[in-house]
Amino acid sequence: MTDNKILRELIYQLADDNFIHSYRGSEWLGLVPHIEEDVAYSSITQDTMGHAYMFYKLLEEMGEGNSDELAHARKPKDFRNAILLEEKNGTGTYLDNPDYDWAFTVVRNLFYNVYKETQLESLKQSSYEPLSITARKIETEQYYHLMHWKTWFMQLMQSTEEARTRMENAIRRVWKDFGGVISQGRYADEFSARKYIEPEEVLGQRCLDKLGELCKSVDFNLEGKPGMEKGNGRNGEHTEDLKQALETLSEVYFSDAEASSW
Amino acid sequence: MTVNTQDLQKEVWKSLDNVMDPEMEPVSIVELGMVEDVEVEGKNVNVTLLPTFSGCPALDMIKENVIDEVEQAIQKLDESLKVQVKFRYDPPWTTDRINESGREKLKTIGIAVPDPDQKRGDSWEVRCPYCDSVTVTMENIFGPTACRSILYCKSCRNPFEAMKPIA
Repeated sequence: MTDNKILRELIYQLADDNFIHSYRGSEWLGLVPHIEEDVAYSSITQDTMGHAYMFYKLLEEMGEGNSDELAHARKPKDFRNAILLEEKNGTGTYLDNPDYDWAFTVVRNLFYNVYKETQLESLKQSSYEPLSITARKIETEQYYHLMHWKTWFMQLMQSTEEARTRMENAIRRVWKDFGGVISQGRYADEFSARKYIEPEEVLGQRCLDKLGELCKSVDFNLEGKPGMEKGNGRNGEHTEDLKQALETLSEVYFSDAEASSW
Repeated sequence: MTVNTQDLQKEVWKSLDNVMDPEMEPVSIVELGMVEDVEVEGKNVNVTLLPTFSGCPALDMIKENVIDEVEQAIQKLDESLKVQVKFRYDPPWTTDRINESGREKLKTIGIAVPDPDQKRGDSWEVRCPYCDSVTVTMENIFGPTACRSILYCKSCRNPFEAMKPIA
């Protein structure tokens, strides 16, 4: 594979993670626990879509095609996001009996954001300069996102017995597929050999150390290694949940090209 | 007619000061520190802007307004002049780029600007834009737009907003 192709593989991982993560966040609009959270979470979601946009723009500049098309018109098997991030927020849909799981959302968002922080720190040193510039820009905003999810996590972990039970169940659930977030997929060795990003094991361990510390501070032990039970999204493996998400979020794009240019 | 580059640049900067942030009306993009560079290359004027927040939906509108304003100004001088606008992330936009008149104008619409020397992780030094009190509380780091937070003044009992410090 050419250097260029390998670099694009990495940027697809970054773009797709942020894109699908932002989409799942947007589904919470109007449904979160209280109105201040609605302001906060929708703002975070908007920032995150901006991060996805920046990565898709890098791909556009590399000749991969128009950024809107990259986001809306690819097949699920071409997506490189981690499976954990595509999972539905709960049962029902946004319009029909949404029964979303806030504990799962808080834990997923915190764990992903701890990884994202670690990833951005590494990308700032990337040998590909456009990537390091992008990481530097995103970091200024992501700092507030991480702070936000840490606050929720710490408070709910130390709240009522019911909250604690729900949070612990959510941690166990997220843990089963968090390995797919840390994974850099089948080209991991090539990424680090070209110094686009640090090796998977190094970044992964750094992230797990941070998460271990956070959990320990609220008397919870993360045991063993995180799993990848549903498969590795970095290699194009995905679930029905991604298909559903892409169908929903691309509906306008396919029905009215003019409207979607807004 | 040929216009000398310096005069042309001066004219462009002046016109850019007429481009307001659509979500903070009296404040221009120059005052916000969004204009990084104005270059003249032959008949082309290239304006480089720094986006404040990456997901800001006002960016496209700002770009169009810049094209309108600058075009009007430069074509008065020479009809064959053209303007191009591009966004760049390097250097990243930071709160300390907001200039003094920007700070003053933001205050008049109830938006405070934190201390320009603020570093990431520092506690915020924010004064109430109405009464200048420092006895304020943070209601929500996130606000009605990506770049703003919601605060409350315990002295004059007014809610207000502050630009989210970006360092």
